[in-house]
Amino acid sequence: MFEPVIEGVGVVKRFGKTVALDGLDLVVGHGSILAVLGPNGAGKTTFVRCVATLIKPDGGKLRVFGHDVVQEPHLVRSSIGLAGQFAAVEEAMTGRENLEMVARLFGQDRASTKANVDLVLEQMGLIEDADRLVREYSGGMRRKLDLGASLVGTPRLLLLDEPTTGVDPRSRIDLWDAIRTLVGRGTNVLLTTQYLDEADHLADQIVIIDRGKSIAHGTPTELKKRTGRNVIEVHVRDREDVAEAAKVFAEFGDGDLQTDASTCQVAVVVNGGTEQVSRALHLLQAAAIAVDDIALRPPRLDEAFLELTGHELQERSSDGRVAGLKNASSPDSIKA
Amino acid sequence: MASVAVAARGPSLFTSVVVIAKQRLLKVLRTPALFWTYTMQGVLFLVIFRYIFGGAIAAGELGYTDFVIPGILATGLIWQGMGGAVGITEDVAQGLFDRLGSLPIPRSAVLAGRALADTAMQLWSLIVMTIVSFLVGFRVHDGLANALIAAALIVVFVFAFEWVFITMGLYAGNAQAAQGISMILVPFTFVSSAYVPVESMPGWLQAVAENQPVTFMTDAVRTLTGGASAEVFLGHPASYFVLRSVIWSAVIVLVFGTIGVARYRRG
Repeated sequence: MFEPVIEGVGVVKRFGKTVALDGLDLVVGHGSILAVLGPNGAGKTTFVRCVATLIKPDGGKLRVFGHDVVQEPHLVRSSIGLAGQFAAVEEAMTGRENLEMVARLFGQDRASTKANVDLVLEQMGLIEDADRLVREYSGGMRRKLDLGASLVGTPRLLLLDEPTTGVDPRSRIDLWDAIRTLVGRGTNVLLTTQYLDEADHLADQIVIIDRGKSIAHGTPTELKKRTGRNVIEVHVRDREDVAEAAKVFAEFGDGDLQTDASTCQVAVVVNGGTEQVSRALHLLQAAAIAVDDIALRPPRLDEAFLELTGHELQERSSDGRVAGLKNASSPDSIKA
Repeated sequence: MASVAVAARGPSLFTSVVVIAKQRLLKVLRTPALFWTYTMQGVLFLVIFRYIFGGAIAAGELGYTDFVIPGILATGLIWQGMGGAVGITEDVAQGLFDRLGSLPIPRSAVLAGRALADTAMQLWSLIVMTIVSFLVGFRVHDGLANALIAAALIVVFVFAFEWVFITMGLYAGNAQAAQGISMILVPFTFVSSAYVPVESMPGWLQAVAENQPVTFMTDAVRTLTGGASAEVFLGHPASYFVLRSVIWSAVIVLVFGTIGVARYRRG
């Protein structure tokens, strides 16, 4: 019998008057990375906390490997590893001591604790720093240790709640590599993220949630195609022409318009294909705007998200740039 | 991957408690600010109170020093327990409690490990305070065995109060609130026989002071260390106070242990 890794049906969670999960349906199959993607406050973390048995859902059914999170939390806890938004490691202990603590609390004896801890330290590239106090670790090293701590119990399901939020770009790629390696070994992963590029790079299934509900799911490619529309992107030669080009595109496009003065770029969602490119070029020429290049491409995930939800995944300021410090480490989502 | 029934994994309750206690102990021992607080705070109270109140209050044949030191030992350690409440909020904020909560161990083991580790640090404080007590003139009048029972009783009592602070920490949510809430315990310790004889208080306050746990605790230690003159002064034999302070400790652990674990379970 094949039980899904996670099976959530109509999961409801309220905090006072706030409805964090509003009848969320979600199924995770075996051997995959599922990314739960959504803006801040969409209910991502609440969902992970429910799966991790840290909070109890108020309604619906939620099972992990067929075990109900409310009825059989101990069985659920035996099969999961959690790495949260904050690096949950003890600063006054060494990296090794932290991992040993978690392994022991998974019920491993001293011999398997040692073997697993050594293995995880090696996987995370922390062997050399294993016996230093975590206090002396950099932010990226702490995240790696936190990820390691979630692995040392050899869980069958790994829950990663925004694993790279606030991490520098270099460490981010390291963490991505580590996560990919895990999946190669058959660990199931549920990952939450507000970074589209992260979901795009790592996940083979994406569930988009908004206001506590699942609004779309599929592979990254499916979701991008879902809208059935394309994006025309143009680079104008002179920065002064950006506003003028935007005016042309606003009239001619069929959807969201994005401009970025710093890269002289204007993009708009259109219905249809290549014939629209020649129309766009024609209109730009008529307006005497010099163009460096023009391209037709499928929408990126952030554009698909906008199409599907009617609002943006991240706050965007007036010049089209994505606002918020967090995104500084996410170059792909800035380019808009 | 086929779904085989997930075997329940997890360590024994004993191992869980020991592993958690070790984490907390290492934290305190390796954080100088915490370690020195446990070492010096009680001693400071002890010296100050001994000399501020010393001589101002008559305590019959017992003498004020032998009267007040047991009170300072009991209450000084209770005040120090507040650090436990703040520590809990820090571990919650850092996500450590989420990690521990996702592991196959009982919630009660996490809190019990904390309570034990903090009690162990309090034992260290008690040793330092006891040494200083003798330096400032405190004497035992009823034999070593009873003095050791008194020390054990203080440890039991302090362990019970750790549960009060753990529960307060879990409810407080952040360090500042935890500090504020646990300050309630300060006036509570004053309305007792710890520093002054209860008879010196107005009638309505006497009723509270005579029946609250800090009074039984203090008077148990007093009679165990002060001997016959303390029993005469307080009007009851040592066994009277010992029994009541043990019952109070058990009630406190039961009530606050239940509330605290339920709070942690709820997430």
